[in-house]
Amino acid sequence: MTLLRHTDAEVRERSALTINPAKTCQPIGAMYAALGLHRCLPHSHGSQGCCSYHRSQLTRHYKEPVFAATSSFTEGSSVFGGQANLLQAINTIFTVYDPDIIAVHTTCLSETIGDDVKQIVSKAIADGKVPDGKTVFHASTPSYQGSHVVGFASMVKAMVDTFAVPSETRGRSVNLIPGWVEPADMRELKRLAEVLGVPITLFPDTSGVLDAPMHGPATMFPSGGTTRDQLRGTGAALGSLGLGPSASAPATVALEQLCKVPGQVLELPLGLRATDRFIQAMQHLTGCRIPDAITEERGRLVDLMCDMQQYFYNRSVALWGDPDQLVSLTEFCLDLGLKPRYVITGTPGKTWEKRMQAAIAGRHEVRYQQGACADMFLLHQWIKQKPVDLLIGGTHGKYIARDEDIPLVRHGFPIIDRIGHQYFPTVGYRGAIRLAEQILNALMDRQDRLSPEESFELVM
Amino acid sequence: MPQPDAAQVKEDLLKAYPAKVARKRAKHMQINDTDQVPEIQANVRTVPGIITQRGCTYAGCKGVILGPTRDVLSITHGPIGCGYYSWLTRRNQTRPTSDTDDNFMTYCLSTDMQEEQIVFGGENNLRQAVREAFDVFHPKAIAIHATCPVGLIGDDIHKVAEQLSEELGINIFAFSCEGYRGVSQSAGHHIANNKIFQAVVSHEAPTQDVPVPQGPFKINLLGEYNIGGDAFVIEELFERMGVTLVSTFCGNSTYDSLAQARHAELNLVMCHRSINYQADMLETAYGIPWIKVNFIGAEQTAKALRKIAAFFNDQDLTRRTEEVIAQEMKAVEMARDDIASRCRGKKAMLFVGGSRAHHYQYLFEEIGMEVVAAGYEFAHRDDYEGRRVLPDIKIDADSRSIEDLHVDPAPDRRDPAEDSQAVDARLRAIDGQGLNDYEGMMPMMRSGTLSIDDVSHHETELLIERYHPDVICCGIKEKYAIQKHGVPSRQLHSYDYGGPYAAFKGAINFWKDLDMMVNAPVWSLVTPPWQRSSAPTLEAIMAIGGL
Repeated sequence: MTLLRHTDAEVRERSALTINPAKTCQPIGAMYAALGLHRCLPHSHGSQGCCSYHRSQLTRHYKEPVFAATSSFTEGSSVFGGQANLLQAINTIFTVYDPDIIAVHTTCLSETIGDDVKQIVSKAIADGKVPDGKTVFHASTPSYQGSHVVGFASMVKAMVDTFAVPSETRGRSVNLIPGWVEPADMRELKRLAEVLGVPITLFPDTSGVLDAPMHGPATMFPSGGTTRDQLRGTGAALGSLGLGPSASAPATVALEQLCKVPGQVLELPLGLRATDRFIQAMQHLTGCRIPDAITEERGRLVDLMCDMQQYFYNRSVALWGDPDQLVSLTEFCLDLGLKPRYVITGTPGKTWEKRMQAAIAGRHEVRYQQGACADMFLLHQWIKQKPVDLLIGGTHGKYIARDEDIPLVRHGFPIIDRIGHQYFPTVGYRGAIRLAEQILNALMDRQDRLSPEESFELVM
Repeated sequence: MPQPDAAQVKEDLLKAYPAKVARKRAKHMQINDTDQVPEIQANVRTVPGIITQRGCTYAGCKGVILGPTRDVLSITHGPIGCGYYSWLTRRNQTRPTSDTDDNFMTYCLSTDMQEEQIVFGGENNLRQAVREAFDVFHPKAIAIHATCPVGLIGDDIHKVAEQLSEELGINIFAFSCEGYRGVSQSAGHHIANNKIFQAVVSHEAPTQDVPVPQGPFKINLLGEYNIGGDAFVIEELFERMGVTLVSTFCGNSTYDSLAQARHAELNLVMCHRSINYQADMLETAYGIPWIKVNFIGAEQTAKALRKIAAFFNDQDLTRRTEEVIAQEMKAVEMARDDIASRCRGKKAMLFVGGSRAHHYQYLFEEIGMEVVAAGYEFAHRDDYEGRRVLPDIKIDADSRSIEDLHVDPAPDRRDPAEDSQAVDARLRAIDGQGLNDYEGMMPMMRSGTLSIDDVSHHETELLIERYHPDVICCGIKEKYAIQKHGVPSRQLHSYDYGGPYAAFKGAINFWKDLDMMVNAPVWSLVTPPWQRSSAPTLEAIMAIGGL
């Protein structure tokens, strides 16, 4: 029996109905970003359900505690505004949980009724509800615009708006804005910077928060996360590198505008050439020498790609997920010899198509679509019209994978049916090695499962 | 280890709060007393910022009640998130009878509301979305679910449902389940119950279209959502007993089965909190009495089956029921005695749901584990103290807007087949609960234990520190926070992707999982050997690692 039995190949025009979305709403992105600050409690200004859903989904993905508070709107607050709720929340949170920072994000509810969070926070400070040395800041994240990626980007930008202190002088440090990647990716970016000998401030940084160790007594706020002092220093940095335009451009631009920190926005360093560009950008910005260790890492990846290319040649791929990941993954797939056939993201945005074109560079005909009604139902219909050999995307794709018997490589957010993914980076050369291995394993596992007895191979 | 003093623990739990919050929370924490069940506060608004585990009305309506019915096509009207998060995340299993049966459970449909609609209204978009959904899926029925902005911008989803029902010739109904209504998901259950009763159970069109179910001893199972296949194991028992299951609300259910519900002779209420409304309405309209059952725990399952037999009072049915129980109890007793030998005396806490914090206590009791604290996330006083307190429950402003549907007796309402006092007496002899009765959780809890409603994260942490429980049953949001303290935790919403946990087989599954967790090797490996109080000697290290 098929799981998606009502999906057929005939694409009917849809303008109002999304089926099986390839995106979710802004606040969850804001919550994830805020978890990348040290001793920060994200706060959802809206109904309880938003906070509950976001915490649940992030927890399913990370298998880690995800703390966040909510304004618990009732019908009364929806009519009269949520000021009283937020004031009480701020007081309760600081009294009971003592975070350094409360990062408030809004929801469709508080945005629709027009709550002025900035004013409410000012009132909380005036009323003495914010203890000395503590910070409350907010990002506006209406669920009826953009997607979870936009919510993430807005919260990261709000970090700059809130903390960055303009400076007359430029220091040596580089602001590295990693985009929506896993804790292990953030850890890997820090390692690469260290190997390059470049001091950086990475923000947000969920390593040490969403992959916190278990060693006896638990603390609500683990050791990880970017500190407020680090964020204040971003205004005096040598320059900023924003990784992934959708997730990191707003913060990069804000640093330029507010603090005159020169910024550059790159594609996410997923895959060989995107990592090359990242390393080169670090070199251009700081004048650092690229150590042999990096060149060797790259060489190992190229060697592996060389060994694997015969298995990838002309195999077709469908991808879905977030715009930054998709651009770099498309480029990397093509570099491996794979043929991306379909690419879908529900996240809208003006520059994505152009970026996709740049990544594809005329090498192959790729059908891609973004925004309204660019959903996994449409992707599945395309696959029914002309199948692919491989799927790359989040867990929701497993239903297509099973119905169509296509191997699935889980990548991006969310991965809620496999454990451990957040420990393994996919950025950088090392990350690319892992990605390539996962892709080939998926293809070969299927071959092993389906090959006839006489051509079942011991050595492959 | 001596048990901490509950009164002292309560005092300490409240210390961390601002004074006003402490006063409020104090009413949600009671020290159980079997002689005099204390009054607990429940189903009132949560303190903002306290870190609650509660969800919203939409989750209770679309996620819980409507989620498990496979052939009603649910469309979420609102921004994308609500539909997305409630997409396949509740583990409602379903078993279509053929390859061609409708099954929409793997699909998430949303109007993906944009700013333009927030400003100018979303009704036109909703209309168009319903038409597009009809074109793709051709369902028998469509359910429209409101999210927060819908109520604020004033979209009349009920009018849209009515118009399109006429236009498309199928049953379309809408739920005003905006997330801000009520104080938790509980309001969503109520709203869902009301509309399902009006639009399906008692509605002319769907009920005329379905055949009258045939078979002896017709029952409905209410408040069983088939998480992890629970309903499947219960269905199998009914089949072996020879009772006819007309419909389940709503695990493994279909639109037609819900429309047949009025033909049952007896309703079994599993999750009292989420479905008591339906039970009461079916009783008022069609004269179908209900009994509280609990299929969690082997002894409890046996009692539930015996209550069904006692209700119908048929000799053959009683004999078959006893046979089924006897057959099942063999495996149960073996597993129970084995696992009890490793778990007896250990301590558990349960903070979950609107019925599970009660039901699962029996599973612990049966293997000799002790429940030291328990509470619900979204239940009401009657779920804690029993339905006897219903007349005393004050309805506050947050709950007043959730309509209590007025139901009139249907023209074909049946009178009870026999004197209800006699039935009542037979039922009471089994578990103390008669017709249309529920005793609640608190009367079963030992004196000196704690009942805590809508527990906060702070409270959970302090309880861990004071009681050192061996296991805590909870939901996904608390699980990993608890485990970071070195305390195993089992999700009772999703069974940690295991189960079924219902009935006899489920009891064995649960105990095995419990045994696996409580006695897992990992808990003894948390502290590195070099940080342990007695550092091993080099000889000891070499004895394992050397040649």
